[in-house]
Amino acid sequence: MSALIVPLLLCAMGILALSRRVDVFSSLVDGAREGMKISAGMLPALVVLLSGVYMLRASGALDAFCRLLAPALECIGIPKETASLLLIRPFSGSGALAAGSEIMRQFGPDSYVGRCAAVMLGSTETTFYVIAVYFGAAGVKKTRHAIPAALTADLCGFIMASLTVRIFFG
Amino acid sequence: MLMAYIWVGMLAVSVLYGCWAGTVPAVSAALMEGAAAAVELCLSVCGAVCLWTGVMELMRRSGLAEGLSRLLAPLLRLIFPRSFADPDCAAALSANFSANLLGLGNAATPAGIKAVRHMARLGGQCAGNELCRLVVMNTASVQLLPATVAAVRAACGAADAFDILPCVWISSLVSVSAGLLTARLLERKAS
Repeated sequence: MSALIVPLLLCAMGILALSRRVDVFSSLVDGAREGMKISAGMLPALVVLLSGVYMLRASGALDAFCRLLAPALECIGIPKETASLLLIRPFSGSGALAAGSEIMRQFGPDSYVGRCAAVMLGSTETTFYVIAVYFGAAGVKKTRHAIPAALTADLCGFIMASLTVRIFFG
Repeated sequence: MLMAYIWVGMLAVSVLYGCWAGTVPAVSAALMEGAAAAVELCLSVCGAVCLWTGVMELMRRSGLAEGLSRLLAPLLRLIFPRSFADPDCAAALSANFSANLLGLGNAATPAGIKAVRHMARLGGQCAGNELCRLVVMNTASVQLLPATVAAVRAACGAADAFDILPCVWISSLVSVSAGLLTARLLERKAS
């Protein structure tokens, strides 16, 4: 069922675009050029951050840290292996991508933990970065309740990720 | 600067813990391994990321993004009653939300900033309720196709990179609702 979603969506999109006389091919190519820039732009930060994450894991500190947080995380149904991802998610997008991809590689993308990490990455944002950009642009100093509300949303996203993966993939 | 502290902190903890646990040789090797793994990851997701940014550009040019924002206008009017009275601000809000939904990060931010400036003009130095709501909506991503994550999954050898879609949709929806609800409760308490 879910295997059909993406190909079907793409096909429908292509037909719709053609019916509106949009040059499908050159739109795709122009967009892909943008993607090249994104991929290349992501590399330097990933190199720096993944070297840090790898060191942390190799030293054994990451495992110790996960064990430390395990009781609290298990209480709310989040797998302890995702602790590193949870902590860096609100601060750095590339840091979260580095931590998340490491979890997926270590446990396998189709494992429970790997799927959780993917859903967590997909359903949350780099909270503090967004807050800085928007409040900075608005020239507003007092953020009032924006930060607690945004962090509540993140926490709910993490809990729901663990829950939905358990429901959908048993 | 924050990332600088985080990175140095990661390194300092690794070295100290490595000395204590006797894993220093592994720590030293990991530094280079991590750097190499980053290049590998980047290369392996590059193709998929390009494909999806291509698809997103197609959605924009074929008017899908505009159609979506028209479709979403009633919902946004409910969340932002004051800002929606201003047609410019309403257009920026719709564009921001639909671009976020389609994963067009480059289009979402300028539209969001335009909306936020409109709102700030009404509110001054202090963030208004609707401004906070907009920021909360942007910090809790609502994305129909999380392309980068799917690319990473595919690079790791997932059987079906998009089989997490229903989970992502439900989780995003619940997290945005929770954020907006919390904002709602906190703004009542303040006033």
